This record gives sequence, C-alpha cells and structure tokens, in this order.
Amino acid sequence: MAELVYDKTGRLLFTKEMRKEYTLLIPQMLPDHFAMLVSIFRSEGYKVDMLENTGRPVIDAGQKYVHNDACYPAILVIGQLINAVQSGKYDPHKVALVITQTGGGCRASNYIHLLRKALEKAGLDFIPVISVNLSGLESNPGFKVTLGLLRKVVYAIIYGDLIMNVANQVRPYELTPGAADDAVRACMDFLLRDMDNGKGMSFKSMEKNFERITSTFKAVPVSGEKKVRVGIVGEIYVKYAPLGNNNLADFLLSVGAEPVIPGLMDFIIFKVNNREVDVNIYGGKWIKERACHWFQNYLMKYQHAMINALKRSGFRAPGDFNELHGYIKGYLGDGNKMGEGWLLTAEMLELIHSGVPNIVCTQPFGCLPNHIVGKGMIRKIKDDYPWSNVVAIDYDPGATKINQENRIKLMLANARALQKEQDQQTSALQEEQEPASV
Amino acid sequence: MKLRVGIDIGSTTVKVVVLDPENKLLFRSYERHFSKTRERAAETLRSIREMLSGQEVHMVITGSAGLGVSKASGIDFVQEVYATAAAVQEYCPDTDAVIELGGEDAKIIFFGGALEERMNGSCAGGTGAFIDQMASLLDVTVGELNELSLRHEKIYPIASRCGVFAKSDIQPILNQGGRKEDLAASIFQAVVDQTVAGLTQGRELKGKIVFLGGPLHFLLGLRQRFVETLKLDSDHAIFPEDGDCFAAMGAALCSTDYAPRPFEECLKLLEESVDATGVLDVMPPLFACQEEYDAFLSRHNANHPPMADLASYTGDAWLGIDAGSTTTKMVLINPQGGILYNYYHSNLGNPVAIVQRQLGEIYAACGGRVTIKGAAVTGYGEELIKNAFQCDLGLVETMAHYKAAAHFNPNVDFIIDIGGQDMKCFKIRNGAVDSIMLNEACSSGCGSFIETFAKALGYDIAAFSKLGLFSPRPVNLGSRCTVFMNSSVKQAQKDGASVEDISAGLSISIVKNAVYKVIRAASADDLGRHIVVQGGTFLNDAVLRAFEQELDRNVIRPTIAGLMGAFGAALAARDMGLERSSLLSENALQSFSHFAKPATCGLCTNHCSLTVNQFDGGRRFISGNRCSRPLGKEKQELPDLTSYKYQKLRSMEGKGSGTGVRGRMGIPFGLNMYENLPFWYAFFTKLNFEVVLSPESSRKLYLKGQHTIPSDTVCYPAKLLHGHVEELVEMGVDAIWYPCMSYNYDEGIGDNHYNCPVVAYYPELLAANVPLLKETRFLLPYVGLYRRKDFEKRIAKLMEEEFSIPKKESAAAAEAAYAAYEVYKKELWAKGQEYVAYAREHRLPILVLAGRPYHIDPEINHGINDLITGQGFVLITEDAISHLEGYETRKVLNQWTFQSRMYNAARYVCTQPDMQLVQLVSFGCGTDAITADEVRSILEEGGKLYTQLKIDDINNLGAVKIRIRSLMAAMDERKAGTQ
Repeated sequence: MAELVYDKTGRLLFTKEMRKEYTLLIPQMLPDHFAMLVSIFRSEGYKVDMLENTGRPVIDAGQKYVHNDACYPAILVIGQLINAVQSGKYDPHKVALVITQTGGGCRASNYIHLLRKALEKAGLDFIPVISVNLSGLESNPGFKVTLGLLRKVVYAIIYGDLIMNVANQVRPYELTPGAADDAVRACMDFLLRDMDNGKGMSFKSMEKNFERITSTFKAVPVSGEKKVRVGIVGEIYVKYAPLGNNNLADFLLSVGAEPVIPGLMDFIIFKVNNREVDVNIYGGKWIKERACHWFQNYLMKYQHAMINALKRSGFRAPGDFNELHGYIKGYLGDGNKMGEGWLLTAEMLELIHSGVPNIVCTQPFGCLPNHIVGKGMIRKIKDDYPWSNVVAIDYDPGATKINQENRIKLMLANARALQKEQDQQTSALQEEQEPASV
Repeated sequence: MKLRVGIDIGSTTVKVVVLDPENKLLFRSYERHFSKTRERAAETLRSIREMLSGQEVHMVITGSAGLGVSKASGIDFVQEVYATAAAVQEYCPDTDAVIELGGEDAKIIFFGGALEERMNGSCAGGTGAFIDQMASLLDVTVGELNELSLRHEKIYPIASRCGVFAKSDIQPILNQGGRKEDLAASIFQAVVDQTVAGLTQGRELKGKIVFLGGPLHFLLGLRQRFVETLKLDSDHAIFPEDGDCFAAMGAALCSTDYAPRPFEECLKLLEESVDATGVLDVMPPLFACQEEYDAFLSRHNANHPPMADLASYTGDAWLGIDAGSTTTKMVLINPQGGILYNYYHSNLGNPVAIVQRQLGEIYAACGGRVTIKGAAVTGYGEELIKNAFQCDLGLVETMAHYKAAAHFNPNVDFIIDIGGQDMKCFKIRNGAVDSIMLNEACSSGCGSFIETFAKALGYDIAAFSKLGLFSPRPVNLGSRCTVFMNSSVKQAQKDGASVEDISAGLSISIVKNAVYKVIRAASADDLGRHIVVQGGTFLNDAVLRAFEQELDRNVIRPTIAGLMGAFGAALAARDMGLERSSLLSENALQSFSHFAKPATCGLCTNHCSLTVNQFDGGRRFISGNRCSRPLGKEKQELPDLTSYKYQKLRSMEGKGSGTGVRGRMGIPFGLNMYENLPFWYAFFTKLNFEVVLSPESSRKLYLKGQHTIPSDTVCYPAKLLHGHVEELVEMGVDAIWYPCMSYNYDEGIGDNHYNCPVVAYYPELLAANVPLLKETRFLLPYVGLYRRKDFEKRIAKLMEEEFSIPKKESAAAAEAAYAAYEVYKKELWAKGQEYVAYAREHRLPILVLAGRPYHIDPEINHGINDLITGQGFVLITEDAISHLEGYETRKVLNQWTFQSRMYNAARYVCTQPDMQLVQLVSFGCGTDAITADEVRSILEEGGKLYTQLKIDDINNLGAVKIRIRSLMAAMDERKAGTQ
C-alpha cells in the first residue's frame, strides 16, 4: 500500500506510487465533456472514475459533512464524492478525490478545503485530494498537469461543447424519440475510441471530427415545428449539472421548449482573460500578460473552428468570446471576474442578440457573485431590451422543484405571448410589404 | 359564444368563476380546500351543474397547485400570473401595476410597455400563510388580527424577509408586554415591506395600482398599510370587488385559446383523474411495533425528580420561573429538588398575567405551611417577570438548563433544549458551559412550527405528533427553514403522503435541523457521551425517538423535560441560600396590576423601541433599551473601539487642508469605505475637493433605497448602500466616488487578499439598478491599492481624464493618501493597546468584536457594542490586533483580507487570558459560511469559547444578549473552576 506523505503544511500528497494503485474519483458536471476527460486521463496512465451517483443520499451526505450555509454546488460535489467513497464500491484506501479550484475571490476556491474538512469529519482524512486549477495552487508529485495533458483537455472541452450545442438543437425536434441521444452516443463512441488510440487530437483531425459530428446530427430526422428557445446561464455548476438544476434541460424539453446552453470554452477563456486584464488594470508583469494573451488566442482558434463547423453545417452558431466581451460595455467592467463574473451577463446579452430573449438564470441560493452579475444586471437588461424575458431561479437542498417549475412556466407563458406578438407583427409587416412589391 | 369557466387552485383555496359573453361574472366561489384540491373543485362544479349542464364550455385551470390537477385531468392550464394580467387588462385598464398576495405567494405585475412579472422566490414570507402563522402566534383569528391592526398606535420594525425572522422579532415584543394592536399593524407592515423590497427589484411602484388576492381582499388593515406606505390616493389604489378571484377570471378569459368541451366531460375528467403522485422520499419508521415503543417509554420514564406532595408538605420551598418565548413554566421545589408544584402553559402573549394567576394558586395551595425562601426567573421574559414580581434572581437560560441537567446526571457533557421558538445546545466542559449553539432565526423549525402545522391540518399538537410514531414510511422533508418546509409538506401531500407520514417526517426534520444546521455534528461523538435533552419539544416522543435514531445512541430525557428551565431556576434559587425572598407576598399579589405602553427612546440615534411596563405602586420597568439612559442612569462609558473608529471615520469630511475648489466629491459611507475612507479623504482633499459623506445609516435610509435592491438575499450592509447613494445624489454632489476593488490591501497574513464579490463589485450593481445615479457623475473605476506604484500611475491618468488634473498633483495626492491611511492604522493599533491597558488596570475582561470594518455601523450592529460594554467588557475590534500575529497556514483558503484579520485576531486572543472573541456575521454573508468554522476551531483549539452573533436588519437583541450573558457566565465559571 502506498505510504501517506504530507507536505510541510501538513497537506496529504498524491504520490507517484498512488498514481499506480489509486483510482481518481471525479464529480460529475457535464456528462459528455467529463466522459472524454476520463478517457484522456486514462490514456495518461491514471485510473479514473466519473461519479454518477445522484439523488437524496448525495444531498444528505453533503449536508451532513459540509457547513449548510456553504453554497449548494459545494454540498452536492462533496456529497457526491463522500457518498461514493462510503458506498462500498471502492476501497477507501485506494481512492483519491479530484476537485477543481478556480483561485478566484468567490467561495468556490474553498471547496477543496471544505472537502478536506468533510473527509476529516467522516474519518476519511487518509484520502488524498487533488486540486485541478490553472492558478498554480497545490501541487502533487503524482499528478501533473503537463502541457500535453492540457492540450488534450482542450480537445475534450471543444468536442463536448460542439456535441452539446448540436444535440440541443436537434433533440427537441427529433421525430424518433431518443434519436439525438443515439447520435450523441455514436459521436462519443468514435471520439473516445480515437482518444484511447491517441487520435483526434490534432487541429486537422479535430476539424474532420467536427464534420463527422455535425453530419451525424444532420442525419437525424427532425420536424419543422417552431419551439420557444430558452437559454440557460448561471453559476457554472448549477447551469450544467443536472443534479444541481433538477434536470432543467429535460424539464424545458418536456414543456416543449428548446434549451440553449452556452458552452464551457467561454468560461475557460474567461478565466485566462482575467489574468491578462488584471495586469492591465492593476499592473504586473508584461510577460504574464503576453502569455495569457497568447493562450487566449490559442483557445479562441479552437472556438472559431467549432463556430465555423456549426455555420458550415447550417446549425445556429454562438458568438465567439470577443463578441461576448463586447456586449458588457456599459454593464460591467473587465475586472469583474469572481465566479462567472462579467461572462454571465455577457451570455445573457449574447442570447438576447442571437434571438433567444427567454433565459433562465440559475444560481445557488445566496450565490455572492450572482447578486451582482446575475440578478443584479437583469434590471438593466430589461431596460435596454424591454422584450427580454429573464427569470432567476435559486437552487438549494430545500428548494422544491414545484416552485422552481412554476416560475419557469411563467417565463414560458411570457415567451409564448411574445412569440405570438412577434409572429403577428411579422405577418402584418409582410402584408404591408407585399402590395408594394407588386 | 360559449360560457367560459376559470378554476384557480391556489395553495390554500379554490376559486371557480363562470363568465358570460360580456365578460360578466355569472358565478364565483372562493373556498378553502384543505389539501383536497381536485375534490373541492369538482364539488364546486357539481354545485353549478344546472347552469352548465349539456353545454360546451371553455375550461381552464390556473394557480400554484393547479398544475398537478391539470396534468392529471388533461384540462388545459395557464400560468396564474399570466392569467391575472389578462384579467386586469380587461377589468382595470390603464393599470400600472398589480400587487397580488395569495396563500403562499406574492406577486407584482408591471404594465406599461412590456409586461413584467415578479413572483416571490424561494426565500419569502409575507404571504397569507405568514399572516395565518402570525395570527396563531398572537392567539387570534385572522379577522381579529385585522380588527386589532386598525387600532394601532405605533409600528414596530419587524423583519420583513421571512416568517421565521418576523416571529423571532414579535416574540420578544410580546413577552415584554407590547400591545397586540401595534403588533398586528406591524405584521401587516412587514408584509408590505416584504412585497415592496422583495419584488419591485429596482422598478418603482407608482401610478394606478390594483390590489388582488384573498388577504388584500379581506384585510382592511393590510390594505391600509399598503396605501400609506405607497402614498396612494383612492384614484390610484384600486381594490376590485372580485379581487380575490381575478386569477380565475383571467383563466376564463384566456380559455378561448383552448378547445371547448362538453361540461359533463370536463367534470368527468376532473372527477376521474387521480392525483399524479411523484416518488415519495421516505425513511425508516420510528417504531416498528408497540413493544419497541413501550420499552422506549419505560427507559425514559425512569428519569424523574424525587416525589413530593404539596398538599402534605410543610417547610421551605423555592420557586423557579421560565418565561419562555411561547410558554411559561413554573416549578416549586423542596430542599431535595422534589417537585411540589409545576405548571406549563402557552403564555397566550401575556406572560405577566399567567405568572400572576399561578403565583396566586401556589400561595393558596401552600396554605401557610410552606415558606418560599427564594425565587429565580429565566427565559426571554426574565427581566419583565423579575421586575414585575420582584424575584431574587434572574439567570441566563443556558445556566438554568445546565443546573437542571446536572441534577439528573452530574456527568452531563451535552445539553440540547428545543423549545417553542428557540433551540439551545451547549457542551459542558470541566463543569462550565462551553460552546453554546443557538438556532439562528433562519434555521428555525422548533416546536411552535409543528404546532402551527398541526393546527393547520386540524389537530392539536399532542395528537398530531402521536400520529407519526408508527408511520410505516415517514416522509423526508429536508432540514431547512419553515418557509421551505411548508412547500415540502405540500409537495409530499400531493405525492400521496398521509398525515401520519408527514407528522413523523416533521419530527425527523426538526431533529435533522438541530443536528446538522445548529450543532453541525458529523457523528454522535461530536456531541458527547452523556446527553440530556430537554425543552417542551422533546416531550414529543416522535422527536425524541428521531433524535436517538439520528445519533444512534440513547439519551436522557427527564420526565420534566418541558420544565427544566424552571427547575434549574428553582435549584439556583435554592443554592442562593437566602433567608428571605423578595418575591411579592400573597397580600402584595392581591393589589398587583400591570399596564404596558410602547414608546420610542429619543436619547440617541439608536431610537430604541421601548416598552414601558407600569405596575401597581408606581413601579416601572422599561424594556427594549440597549443602554441604561432611558432608565434615567448615565450611560456606562467603558472603552469601546467601535465608537472610536466610527467617530474618527465620520469626521473625515469637508475640505480638510485643501480649498475644495474642484467641487464636492460624494463618498457613500458603507461597506469597504469603512476601511478606505481615510485613504480617499486624504486623496481628494489634497486634490482640493470637498469630501461629502452620505448620512449615517438608519432604517429610514435603508427604506429609501429599498425599492432598487435587485437581490433580496444579499447582506444588509450591501443593501444599505442603495440609500446611501440616493442620499448623495440628493445632496447635490458633483460626483460620487465608489471604485470597484477586486483586491484589498495585502497585509501579508493570507494566501491572497481579495475582497468578497459583493464588496468588490457592488458599485456596478448600484449603477445598473439605481436610476437616480444617472443624474450625477458616478465614478466606479477599478482600482488596486495593493500595488502602490501602479496605482499612482493609473489614478493619475484617470484624474487627468476625468478632471484634467495634472498627473504630478495626483501622484502627490496618492502619496498623501497612503501616508494618511498608514497614520489611521497606527492610531487604531495604539488606541487598541491603550484600551487593553485600561482593561488590565481596572481588571476588566476584554472582548474582541470580530467582523468586517463596516460592522461598526450602528445600523448594522444595532448597538451590540453598547450592550457588550454595558455588560462590563472593554471592547476592541479585530483590526486592532490582527497585525500582532503573522502568516500561518489555515485549513481553508485564506484569501480575503478582512477575513484574514479575523483568523489572526482569533489566534492572538488565544494567547491572552483576559480576552474573548465574538464573531459578528451578517445574514447572507457567504464568506462567513467558511470563516465561522475556521474561527471556531482556532478558538477552541486555543481553549477559548466561540460565540457568534448573526445580525440582519432585525433590531432584536434578545438572542444576542443570551449569548453575551452565557459567555460571561461561562467565563465566570471557568474562573471559579481554575481557582
């Protein structure tokens, strides 16, 4: 068995020896993206499992071991990890837990410490915890984010974003129920197979794979009916994780709407961009600024490739990071970077500009950054775009689904009325124009 | 045209309307459904069969509980706010806004331009259910509450955020003898404030406003509060005749969008639909069988005090009174602690009358054979009862409970007391009370909650809780606050849970709440080996059983669990060893009279809401005061660093040594300005601006800006900023300076030096939400003071762009600003040392009030500093000592400057025998979810007591006082223990 080694602050390290014996447990957030990440980590020689345990036991474990005033994502993520460790499925002495850390000024940077406290409370403090971050916090001898690995991660994110994007555009209209999910599975199959063989991770092969993905989805037979499109933005975990948002996307589908979910890449670019902005606003090393700038451009090259693939195949494409950034003038400063920061407001504005004025803004109850960038900006958005239709929904262990769904229904009723009004206007406009054209 | 039927199924009522082709009402009904929604609606439809039979009708369902019925029956559904808007557009054209209150929800709809609707979120009271709850708290019907409110003389500030907060505000006022008339109006005012604050979110309520929904339809007092608050005249406040049925009428109006059906078919659909049942989340039963229950009972019934009988007893006796929040308990004991007489009753809002009557009965039963040699009182109403009946001793509740518990098990190391309104838990270490945990107002879910629920379902509390004992599948209701619990219960009912399952579920959720929310234990060992449970709520076998199950160990519940406070008080009275008690004699009791009157103290800016109690013979007792001045005594002036800092900062306005020619620069006096003001004051006066501070915070100032607050759950210090900037605009300043600051100063004591997201970016929120700011120059650039050279360059550039100030001048001003801030800090540190020296010279204990710099605002801390110095402490703040410790790795990411100071202050306190630390926490402060545990562990590892005070816009210091007094009592006992 691997020896437990601590660093000089008393932190339990993940050693090279553990790398051979231990299984890394990763909490779930975005099913497809994370499935690919797992595959990549495996190809790097780690043993990895993405957790799929959900439901009340996860929430109960979270509430038992985490301060109940901590944010809901912390309760869920830590609950999921501890619940998995205690499930009996794993040898607790042969697992390590993985958690992300942004290093920003929001509470989320403290999840890892809440997790360690929780492990201590649960008598599991012999389990090492690995921080995945871009801020150089906490290193481990047995876990290194190498440039090569980072490159692969970028591919997983961009593939994941593309699949999520096209699947969301196809699923509401599929003629055979489950056809879109089959397409997702088909794409995942060949991507994972490629990745296991170390393929699909060059720019060229990525572009080819993009074609494969879009054509797979193009091949799904769809109906031509018109559905209300609803954007989902918010705190990153409750925005994406079905466990966090009570299966929001499925709910929207069930009531006849098309969910529109902005991708993960913007968030990654945002976090890189923040570093460059810091130097601009407060001063700092120019080399850091240049490095971040370069890295941002690197990531945006991939984003552009994805956008082009969408456009080429006739799917709706989102705006790129620069476009999003442009929208926040007059709303928030570039320096607003904690949590989702200005990106959240930018995503709402981008949705509105791209014809999706109906938006669910999700946040954990009492989310600090969202007081400002979520709920705090809705008033101004409404002033500037009177037809915008944003509903803010809070998520926490006590909030009932029925209350949340009722509020979303109200937003949908508004959306439908709005659509009707617009359709009438368009047809009135057409009628007016037609005689003129004769 | 076919007839149109609208059915509105709300959380408590069903409304059915039928409209004729002219949109006139042919039929309307408004009935309570007692959770039988579908049956109620079907019955009403059957009653109008004659009118509709044989016709095709358009029928649509709406309402918060209507969705399920619609799904199950296949009858079409429209969202209720949408339906209401449709009705208003039809019946009250030119309406600017609608305010609708229902059983469980509150809504505002704005017309004019695009329709804009707001519903209450997941944290919201202030609805019909809330009014019901408050009425039962005052022991009146809702109708009586309305009547009472119309005769009010004054309005108490009552927390408007959620029912639980309001309750903990009302209780002390009741206990201190406040008038029900005033309370009734205050409750309605709280509803109004809640609606306005929670739902307007930056949009002003003006023009013609239509009021809808049951509560506003029936309660004139509530209407009055709305009309007065919104300053409406009769042309602009519309209360439609059928305002309680508008959603149903709107549904009927919308129904033409859907296909008609024969009426008989509609009725059949409704009758035959089975309520859609979701999957119930259930837990194991409390008791599997009767035998198990019997064994449980006999184990607990063995814990009883010695037998005693008053009728045959002759000798000395001691009286203990526990004037609790909802109940009054009295116990008379003999020298062995045997109970001669006991009493436990709801205090019906007037504990004085209850004690008066019981004391009379005790004297009668004593019949001259028994001498009461001492009387002690504890509980919320302690001071009032002590003064009214001249008891010998008042003691803090925690001490009373410890005394009682130790009687049953001298080795007791953990006590948990769940009463009607409050939950207290504390550990006993080395014979002293240690680490007290009280429920914060938002994690309530105590006894009175079950009681309210039992009443709502038509049971008395005893019968209701018994129901749950053998429930085969108790439903999991989570462990959150009452408001959430209400909807959890509703959902469970909809999913087919029986009353038995719900009763058991409620008992279990109370326990979970206590264990995980209040105590935050991970295992039974976190609590202790010898656990004594007490308080009326534990007399409920279901709660006790759930507690033992949750902890997986047996605990002691004395048979007098509900009387332990009073029993402990009696023991304390006995241990005083008095020769004679000062308690009112039997004769004096005959002529006892009591009259309470509200008043507002005008002796300082706190404006305490006082209750003046007058007793016979000119005796008076004043409650609600924070200092001793209204009692006619001089305010005790012990050194208090919060006042020092506050005065120092408030003096930083004007032109300083400059000329002020560049104009008037407004600075909002809130949040991080409490730290940065010395810097900016020096900076701007050096540049020849006149610095104008916004006025001191006050409730009035808060209310002024309230309508522009977009997020209801943000902390109170942030909410106050809205009023501050509005004031500044009205003061006609030339510009307002309020920069965004992601980063704070780097003091070298943390892993990073951020501000919290709210402090960092609140200026941007204000810019987006306060319309008045468009009328001024609102400057909110991003600045970073932690990089001095970069700052000087960047600020010089900014000042040049904004005010054409030469760069050199700005650089010099920046230099002066850094110097001034340095001076301010050094002075603060020196002052802190001076106060510490004073305390040591006078042998006074020192208390460190650890919070954020802005917690020294009297409107934010509600005068806690006065309360603390009034108890004999010298008060200093965290930032006066945090520099005395260096950097050390913490178990959390130590990344916020203000929070880092608290960790360091806690570490320093551990090295000083005469210092204690109290942490101030604002409700909604997310960072303190992290700091609280860390500060606690630092203090406990250092052998200190951890005390946390949670504060909000609530003005009630009752709970604060208990904590401070318990802290003192524990300190005293520790001292006695070491000697």
